[in-house]
Amino acid sequence: MDRQERIDLAQWVLGKIIASGADQAAVSVLNNRVTELIHRDAQIDKLKESTGKSVYLQIYADSRYSEHGTNDLRKPALESFITEAVRATKYLSEDEYRALPDPQYYPRKMRLDLQLLDHDYNHYDTGQKVERIAQIEELARGGDSRVVSASAGFSDGIYESVRLHSNGFQGESRRTYFSESADVTVKDETGSLSGERYSARAHFLSDLPEARLIADTSVRRALWKIGQKQAPSGTYEMLVENLAAGKLVGLLTGAMKARVLQQKKSYLDGMLNKAVASPLLTVTDDPYIQKGLGSRFYDSDGIGAQMRVMINQGILRYYYIDNYYGRKLGQEPTAGDPSNLLIATGRRSVPEMLKDIKKGILITGFIGGNSNTTTGDFSFGIMGQLIENGQIVQPVNEMNISGNALSLWKSLVETGNDPHPYSSWKIPSLLFEGVDFSGS
Amino acid sequence: MKSKISRREFLLTGSKGLVSVTALPFLLKCSSGKLFTGEPEMSMQQSDFLKIFAVDENIINAVISTAMSKGGDYCDLFFEHSVGNSIRLEDGAVNRAGSNVDYGVGIRVLKGDQTGYSYSEEITPEAMKLAALTAASIANEPRKTIAPQALQPHQPPNYYPVTIPWEEVSIDRKVPLLQELSTYVFSLDPGIIKAGIHLTNASSHILVATSEGRITYDHRPMGLLSVSCTVERNGRREQNHESLSGRYGFEYFNRENAHRLADRMVTKTLRLFEAAQPRAGEMPVVLAAGSSGILLHEAIGHGMEADFNRKGVSIFADKLNKPVAKNFVTIVDNGTNPNIRGSLNIDDEGNDTAETRLVENGILRTYLHDRISAGHYQTAPTGSGRRQSFRFAPLPRMRNTYMLPGPHKKEEIIRSVKYGLYAESFTNGEVNIGAGDFTFYVKMGYLIEDGKITRPVKDINIIGNGPDVLSKVEMVADDFEMAEGGWTCGKAGQGVPVSMGLPTIKVSGITVGGEG
Repeated sequence: MDRQERIDLAQWVLGKIIASGADQAAVSVLNNRVTELIHRDAQIDKLKESTGKSVYLQIYADSRYSEHGTNDLRKPALESFITEAVRATKYLSEDEYRALPDPQYYPRKMRLDLQLLDHDYNHYDTGQKVERIAQIEELARGGDSRVVSASAGFSDGIYESVRLHSNGFQGESRRTYFSESADVTVKDETGSLSGERYSARAHFLSDLPEARLIADTSVRRALWKIGQKQAPSGTYEMLVENLAAGKLVGLLTGAMKARVLQQKKSYLDGMLNKAVASPLLTVTDDPYIQKGLGSRFYDSDGIGAQMRVMINQGILRYYYIDNYYGRKLGQEPTAGDPSNLLIATGRRSVPEMLKDIKKGILITGFIGGNSNTTTGDFSFGIMGQLIENGQIVQPVNEMNISGNALSLWKSLVETGNDPHPYSSWKIPSLLFEGVDFSGS
Repeated sequence: MKSKISRREFLLTGSKGLVSVTALPFLLKCSSGKLFTGEPEMSMQQSDFLKIFAVDENIINAVISTAMSKGGDYCDLFFEHSVGNSIRLEDGAVNRAGSNVDYGVGIRVLKGDQTGYSYSEEITPEAMKLAALTAASIANEPRKTIAPQALQPHQPPNYYPVTIPWEEVSIDRKVPLLQELSTYVFSLDPGIIKAGIHLTNASSHILVATSEGRITYDHRPMGLLSVSCTVERNGRREQNHESLSGRYGFEYFNRENAHRLADRMVTKTLRLFEAAQPRAGEMPVVLAAGSSGILLHEAIGHGMEADFNRKGVSIFADKLNKPVAKNFVTIVDNGTNPNIRGSLNIDDEGNDTAETRLVENGILRTYLHDRISAGHYQTAPTGSGRRQSFRFAPLPRMRNTYMLPGPHKKEEIIRSVKYGLYAESFTNGEVNIGAGDFTFYVKMGYLIEDGKITRPVKDINIIGNGPDVLSKVEMVADDFEMAEGGWTCGKAGQGVPVSMGLPTIKVSGITVGGEG
C-alpha cells in the first residue's frame, strides 16, 4: 500500500463512519513488512517474511465512544464492520468527556526529518542479513569452550501509517527498525547452565553495532553468571546497570499516567511540584531526538509532541496526561505516554562507581516481580554480582529486592555516565543506598 | 507469564464472524445461530470452515504443492478468522467498547529442524502462492520434492461445549450485567471509591491442512470477566482485581458467578489494609489450592517445553526418567479439560490434544512436544504446538498445567509450619530457562506462625530454582482446585491463554521478598 492508497482508504473509512451517524471519528491505516531470521548450529533455524495491513477506528457518537480494528480490508466486509460499529456504539452509556482532542493541541510543524526511515531498506537482501547473523552466531559459539548453545537473531521492519481525525488532523509516519541479538548458554564444570541474551535495535541498519560486540557481550555476560548463588539477606548499596535500570524508572512513569491518577491508583497523586526522588534525578521526555527509538510528532491521540522536563532535580513537574483522562481530570493534555526518556548522567562509569562500594550488589538483570501503583510498593527478583570493598566477589541469584518506589528514588546517590544507546529510554547505571535484599 | 491486568484493549484471539465477506453483525450480534448446541461434538463441519475462508481442497493442495516445491519435508497451512469484543465499565458507566477482526493464513515449511514461515492477510490463491514461495525458500533442493498426500478429514472432539454462544449475544445483553455488577461491588463496602469491570469475549475459527494429508478444524470460544476496585480508608488506598475466564459462552458470566468474583475481590482488597510485608529470607511456603499452580508453570512447565531441551538450554535437559520430586507428586499438562482456558480441541498444528504427564510419581516423564521437537526426539507430538495467531509459527507450549491431589490434608500442612508464608493470590511469574531460576509474585497471602494462619501479607516476590523447589515439595493435600483467572503465557513474543491448578502444597523452603 503506498502513501496515497493509505490516505484514500483512511478518508473513505472516515467518510463511512460519519455517514453512519457518528459525530466525530479518528482513523489510522497501517501497513508493514517484516523479516525475522534466526541462525543456529551454522544454519538458518527460522526464516519469516510477511506483510500486513490494518485499519483502526475510534468512533464518537452522541457522546458515546468505541474503538475497533480489522485487517479484513475487503470493502464489503469493511463497510458492514463500520456500520455495525457505529450502531453498537449507541448502546453504550453517555460520557461527556469523550471527544477528539481540541485542534489547538495538534502538531503545527511536522517537516523536521527525525531520521526514522532507512531509505535503503528495500536494498538489503536476505542473503546479506543471513551473513550478518551467521557471523554473530559463529563468534558467540566460538567465544568460549563453555558455550553449549548459541543462536543469533535478526529482524527488520518498515512501518507506515496515516492518521486522520474528522476535526482536521492528518499525521503520517514512516519508520524502519533493525535489531540483532545473540542468545548464549554456558555450562560450568558442575553441569549448571547459565543463559544470557544481548540485543541492539536501531532505525538504520548501519547504526547496529559490530557482530563481535553483540556476540562477545552475550558470552561475557553468560560466563559472568557461572557459580551464582544467594548472598545473605540484608541492606546493601545497589548499583543497577544501564541495561536493567528501565524497570525502576517504570515505577515512576507507570504512576504518572492520567488514567491511574483519575482512577485513584497512583501513589504520585497530589505529588506535582513535590519531591518524588533524590535531587540527582532529572528525567526529560524528548520526542524530537534524531534517530530516537521513541521519536514522534504526535502521540496516540494525535496530540502534538513537546519536550518536557518531567522530573527536575527530583521534583515532579508533569504527569503524562492523555486527551480523555485529561478531560476527566480537568487538566490540559501533555502526552499519553513517554517518547524518548533521557536521564541526566553523572561523571563515572560502573567500574569507577564500584570502587567506592563497601557492601553492595551490582544488578545486571531483574526477573519477575511486580509493583503496586496505588501504594508504590514493589518486589523484584534480581541477578547480579556481590561487591565487597570495591571488588566484585561473587555472582548472585535467587534474591529479591523489596521496598517502596518513593523511598527508593529518594535514596538515589549517583547516576552513571553510560546511558544505554539501543533503547528509547537512555538510562545510565544508577546507584542507590540502603536497599533491602532477601537471600540466604 | 502475565495475568490479564496487562492485556491489550483488543484480544487478538477472539470470536469470529463467520460468513467471511458478508456483513458480520460482529459487535451487536455475531452471526448466524445453530452453531453451538453444547453437544460433545462440534456441530460445524469441515465444509463450514472451507466456506469461511473461501477455499476448497484443490486450492489448499495447490498452495501446499507450491510450498513444498523447493524441497521442504513438510508444510502446514493455518487459516484463522477471529473476532474479539470488549466492553468496559468505569466511573459507574459502560462507556467504552471495542472489537477486533483478525483474518489470514500462516504457511509453514519445515526442512529438518529448519522453519520457513510467511503469512498472508489475503486468502486468495495468488496471495497464498506468494507467501508459500517465501516459506518454501527455507529449502533449496527442488529436485527432492516430496509430493503432498491427499487430504483426509479429521473431525475433532469438542472440549468446550457452550449453551449461549457469544455469536448470539448482543451488546445490549452485556451492558446490564456490567451495570448491575458495578452497583453490587459498591454495595460491598462504603470505602470503595472506584470500581472497574471489563468483559471480553472472543471466538476463533481455525482450519489446518498439512502436506501429510490431515485437514481439521476448530472453533474456540473465550470469555473473560475482570473486576477491580480501589478502596480508601483513613487516607490510605489499596487496589486489587480478580478475574474469571475460560472457553465458555455467555452462560458462565451470569449474576451468580459475577457476584462470587466481586465478593472474593473486595474481601481480598479489604484485607490488604491489614497486610504487611513478611521478614525477608528463606522460609517454608504453603501454596493455597488453585492459582498457586503458577509455581508449576514457572518451576517446571517452561523447562519441559521440548524446544528448550532440544537446544540443550533447559535445566531439565538431562533429567528425563530421573526422580525430581517425592513419589506423591504427579504433574500433568492437559489440553482436554472441559471449558478450561488452556484447553484445545486440536493444537495449532492440527494434532489431537491429550493429558501429558510431566512428572509421574516423582519421576520426570515427558516433555511437551511440537512437530519439530517430536521429530528430533523421534516421539509423537503431545498436542502442545501452539501459536498466538496465524502470524506466528507454532512452538511447544503449556495448556492447563496442574498437580494431582496427594495424601495430606490442608489443616495438617498448615499445622506443620512454625513460621512461614501461606500464598493465596498471584499476579505474574517468570523463569530463566537455563539456570532454572523462577519467580512468582504474591499479591496477597498470610503469615503462618506456630501452625496457624495469622497476619495478612502483600506484594511479595518469591524466587527459587525449579528442580530445587520441586525436590522440596514435602506435602500435597487432597483439595485440588483449578485456577479461574485469565492467565496468558508469553514466550518468544507470543501470548497464549493457559490455566493451572494445584492442591494445597508445602514447599520446605523458598526465598521470600520482604523487609530486610
